Amino acid sequence: MENSEAARISRRNALLGVNLLRLITLLTALPVIGVIVYIIVRGAPALSWEFISAMPREGMRAGGILPAIMGTFYLTLGTAVFSVPLGVAAGIYIAEYAPDNRATRLVRIAIINLAGIPSVVYGLFGLGLFVLFLKFGTSILAASLTLSIMTLPVIISTTEEALRQVPNAFRVVSTSLGATRWQTIQRITLPQAMPGVITGVILGLERAAGETAPIMFTGAAFFLPLLPQSPLDATMALPYHIFVISTSVPGMPVEIQYGTVLVLLFFVLGMNVIATLIRNRARARRQW
Amino acid sequence: MSVKISVQNLTLMYSDGVESLHDVSIDIIANAVNVLFGPAGGGKSTLLRALNRLNDLADVDTAQGKIVFNEQNILDPATDVIELRRKVGMVFSRPAPLPLSVYENVIYGLRLMGERSKTLLDERVEQSLRQAVLWDEVYDRLNDPGASLSGGQQQRLCIARVLALEPEVIMLDEPTSALDPVSTAKIEGMLAELKERLTIILVPHNVQQAARTADYAGFFLQGRLVEYAPEKGLFLKPREKETQDYVTGRFG
Repeated sequence: MENSEAARISRRNALLGVNLLRLITLLTALPVIGVIVYIIVRGAPALSWEFISAMPREGMRAGGILPAIMGTFYLTLGTAVFSVPLGVAAGIYIAEYAPDNRATRLVRIAIINLAGIPSVVYGLFGLGLFVLFLKFGTSILAASLTLSIMTLPVIISTTEEALRQVPNAFRVVSTSLGATRWQTIQRITLPQAMPGVITGVILGLERAAGETAPIMFTGAAFFLPLLPQSPLDATMALPYHIFVISTSVPGMPVEIQYGTVLVLLFFVLGMNVIATLIRNRARARRQW
Repeated sequence: MSVKISVQNLTLMYSDGVESLHDVSIDIIANAVNVLFGPAGGGKSTLLRALNRLNDLADVDTAQGKIVFNEQNILDPATDVIELRRKVGMVFSRPAPLPLSVYENVIYGLRLMGERSKTLLDERVEQSLRQAVLWDEVYDRLNDPGASLSGGQQQRLCIARVLALEPEVIMLDEPTSALDPVSTAKIEGMLAELKERLTIILVPHNVQQAARTADYAGFFLQGRLVEYAPEKGLFLKPREKETQDYVTGRFG
């Protein structure tokens, strides 16, 4: 009797505990869901074909946000062009080649700390180096390079981590069959690490796409009547556009503000979905 | 009987200074099953990994000695290790198919050499899988992942993968330790055939397997080669007391 009573209480407590954890998990998800729902509700009325395909009119108080969308697209693309090859290469070097010594540890610590630097600092750094010293001017090029530096640590560390998760037995076996280190990376290790690498790349680019501070000094413009014609032109961009229309344009219709936020959200969420799809497909094909 | 590989006074150290092989001299005899046996930690695997310079991947330094293969000291830094590893193949104790199809696993080494001829690759796949007594079981699923095979099949796939390179020496490090008796028998039977054409070095996973397969046997204990002899001599009349204690099951 005594015993079954104790068992009943312990079962009840366990159930209580699990439900408490459920509640807490729900509570942490709630703000995110809340924000998304609120933005959809407030922003959806502004969405139309014109909104995403036309130039702004009447001092941005009407018309579309095409230049901002295209600008963010160009900046993300530019960031990818610089940061993906560099970041993946550096990740490969650190995971597969670098000897485990003080210099390597120093580089790794530097990379980790790079990830912790506030984005406005990157913006000022980009202004100094790319815009002024290298004379790229306020341009897509300068802004992309600045965003690349900010994105690099994410790409490097996720690449390194993904490579380290590939079982070492594959490397030993491949070497024993006459593979050079590079052949092993090319044929075995990197393909196996690809889901992780892609996830890191997209997470990094996603962050770059949504940043305001690094581009406001280096490439983003308040308003441009034309789409950018070359990488040396300045550009409008979604995050900076949101900043501008929420702080500096009097009489701005609220739907346009929310609509623009919604478009940026779709842009970033879309990248997230692509990352998840690629990762799941690659994972299904993985054999360990 | 001719000597295929001659290990001369080999002493190996780990980078932390711990000795893993001490003054080992042993002749690996061509076209025979050369068995290296003894309790765990005796240095057998380290010796195997020295013979194809796989120790390069680990923290092992050569302190002294020579390993002569085809009239060349393979410990010489100038050795072409890629070439060496193709000639001295290795099978590991845990079957480790690469994350590729059965077909691509077999020809992995040939692909690395840049072989492109589809006819040659197809031929080599069938030939190697037949030698590894696996062809009849997998000929209709060559495009399945190597990992989809059973454990025993995976290990024979790993053997086929080495054979595809037409090596001169094949080293097997406890190849049957993870396998059932039927697969073990298949692999032991295969070794008897393979030695007609190449030299086999086997680290068996127990004394019985050593006795069943050995043409020549060396007994390793704590990094030293205690005794080395043709099979019958070593198992029926061990010269050293340590060997006798081990083969009669008094320790190990």
